[in-house]
Amino acid sequence: MTDPGILSQLAAYIARDILKQPDRSLHPDEPLISSGLVDSFHLVDLSLFIEDTFGVQIDDTELTADTFDTLAQLAAIIQERQ
Amino acid sequence: MTTLPQTLVHHATHAPDQTAVHLLFAKRPDQHITYRQLLAGAAGYARMFAQAGIPPGEVVILILDHSADLLYAFFGALLQRSIPAILPYLTEKLSPEHYSKSLAALFRVTRPAAVLTASEFVATVRQARGAAAAPQILLTPSPAAPVHTPELPNNFPPSDEIALLQHSSGTTGLQKGVALSHRAIFNQLESYSRALRLTPNDVIVSWLPLYHDMGLIAGFLLPILRRIPLVLMSPFDWVRAPYRLMQAVSQYRGTLSWLPNFAYNFCAQKIRPRHLQGVDLSTWRAVINCSEPMYAESHRMFLEKFAPYGLRPSALATCYAMAENVFAVTQGGIDSPPTQDVISLNAFTRHHRAIPARDGEASLTMLSAGRPLDNVQIRVLDEARNPLPERHIGEIALRSDCMLTGYFNRPDATAQAFHNGWYLTGDLGYLSGGEVYVTGRKKDVIIVGGKNVYPQDIEYLANEVPGVHPGRVVAFGVYDRRAGTEEVVLLAETNTTDPAERQRIADQIRQRVTQGTAVALRRVELVERGWLLKTSSGKIARNANRERWLQRT
Repeated sequence: MTDPGILSQLAAYIARDILKQPDRSLHPDEPLISSGLVDSFHLVDLSLFIEDTFGVQIDDTELTADTFDTLAQLAAIIQERQ
Repeated sequence: MTTLPQTLVHHATHAPDQTAVHLLFAKRPDQHITYRQLLAGAAGYARMFAQAGIPPGEVVILILDHSADLLYAFFGALLQRSIPAILPYLTEKLSPEHYSKSLAALFRVTRPAAVLTASEFVATVRQARGAAAAPQILLTPSPAAPVHTPELPNNFPPSDEIALLQHSSGTTGLQKGVALSHRAIFNQLESYSRALRLTPNDVIVSWLPLYHDMGLIAGFLLPILRRIPLVLMSPFDWVRAPYRLMQAVSQYRGTLSWLPNFAYNFCAQKIRPRHLQGVDLSTWRAVINCSEPMYAESHRMFLEKFAPYGLRPSALATCYAMAENVFAVTQGGIDSPPTQDVISLNAFTRHHRAIPARDGEASLTMLSAGRPLDNVQIRVLDEARNPLPERHIGEIALRSDCMLTGYFNRPDATAQAFHNGWYLTGDLGYLSGGEVYVTGRKKDVIIVGGKNVYPQDIEYLANEVPGVHPGRVVAFGVYDRRAGTEEVVLLAETNTTDPAERQRIADQIRQRVTQGTAVALRRVELVERGWLLKTSSGKIARNANRERWLQRT
C-alpha cells in the first residue's frame, strides 16, 4: 500500500511547481513522463524535492519512464528506500 | 586542407594516436577515440554507404543517439562524398506518429537518398516513407568491424561542394536545411579560432546536441578539425545530471564550453554541493553564452555558485551565432569581460534607440555579444533596409565568406533571405563602439532552452484537440527570469464551461504539444469565445494577445 502522505505531497509539488496549476489533481496512475506532463528539464527538480522532503536519493540515471512514470510508482520507490 | 574528409585523413596520418574525442556515458566508462580510430570507424561506414548504393552528392539522414557510431557515420558519409544531416533522436516523450509526419515533410524538400537510424526506430522512419520522395535506403548501425587500413578516397571534393546540412527543429524548421560548403566551414573555423585565441592547449567540453549548430560546429567540428581534444557527453544525461559538466571540466582540465543562457541558471540552481566535492574549474577560460537572449543576471548566478570551485570571473563570455553563417557571427568576453550597456527604457520602447540611461531613469542592462569575427561585416537596417547609425535599433544583416550555399532545394527561401548580398537575420539589435547587441527578433520564433520553436507548429498541434475552437489558438514566449529562458504560453478558445472538460482539453493540449515538439508548455489557459484578438486580415495577432495576457497577469 502506498503511503497517501507521500502521494499527496508529490502531487501537490508537481501541480504547483511544475505544472503551475495548483488546483490540478493528479491520479496516482496517470503517466507523468511518457505523457509529457513532466518534461526533462523538471526531472532534476523532482529529484531534489524528493531528497529534501523524504531524505531519499534518486540517481540521475533513474530519472526515466523506465524507472517510474506515475505517482504511485515513484511513491513506492521512496517508501522502499526510506 | 580545404575539405572535411581531407582534414580527417591528415590528422589520422600525422597524429594517429592523439585522442580526438572522449565520449562520456552515464552508465559506463568513458570511451577514448583516437584519430586513427575515428578514420577507421568512418571508413567502415563509408563502405557501408557505398555498398548500399548511395551515390555521392546525395543526402544521408542520421538519427542516432549519443554514440561512437554517430561520429563514425557522420565522417563516413563525408568520406564517400555524401551530405550528412544529423536529426534529433526520437526520445520517449515524442510521439512516433508526429515524428514521422515531420520526417515526411523533410523528405519532400530534402529528398535524401538514405536514412541511418537505430533498429527500434526503423518502423517510425518507414511510416514517413509514404511520400513519393522518401529515401529507398534504410540502414541501421552495423556491428561490422571498422576498416583499419581504409581505402582512402583519391579524389577529394572541391571546396565549394556542399559538405553538410543543418536543420532547425520543428515541422517548419525541417523544411529548411542550411547547406554549408567545405570552404564556408573552414573559413568559419579559421576566423573563429582567431577570435577565441584557440591554442593546442585547449580542451573543449560539450553536452550540446549535434543536430544544433552550436553543438555541431563549436562542440564537434571545431575541436575535431582543429585537433583540439573534445570531451562529449549526451544532452539527455546532462539535463538529468548537470553536475557532470563540472566534473568533466575538472577531470579533463577543460578550457572552453558553450552554453545557452538557461544552462547558467540550471547549473546554478540544480547542483548539490556533494556533487562538486573536489571539483576544480580553474582551467575553464571561457564559458560562452550563445543561442538565446543573454542576461547578465544569469552570469552572476553562475559565477556566485561556481567561484568557490575555481571558476574565474574572466571566463564568462558571449557569442551571437546562426547556422546560416556556419556558426559564430560575433564573439565577446575573450580578452576582456563582455561589455554591459545600461540604456534608457523609454528611448528603447518608444523610439527604438539605445541611449545610455541617465541617473535614476528606468533602464535596461544589455549584454554585448562582442565584436564581429574578422571575416564578418555587420549592418543594422531600418524597415526600408537602409543602414542605420549606431545605437539605432533595426534588423541585423551580415555578409561574410562563411555563409550558407543556400537552403537545400529551396531557392525561393534562399532568395528571400538576402537583400543586395546581405543576409537578413530576422534578429533585432544595435551597434555601439563596434560591438553588437541583440535586443529581440523580427520573426515569430520562441527560443526555449536554446531550442527554436515555431509558434505556428504549436498552434497547429493544439488546434487538433477536440473542444478547442478551430483556428482560435495562440502560442507565444514570455521570459522567465528564474529559468533564464522563455516559457511557452498557450491560449485556446473553447465553448465549454464544464471545469472537468476544460481540464481534459488543457491536458490534451499539453500532451499533444510535448509529443509533437519535445517542448513542454509551461502554461495552458482556456479562454472564452472571442477573447483572442485578431488582425485586420482575420489572423490571430500573436503579439497583441501576448501583451493582453501579460497585462492581465
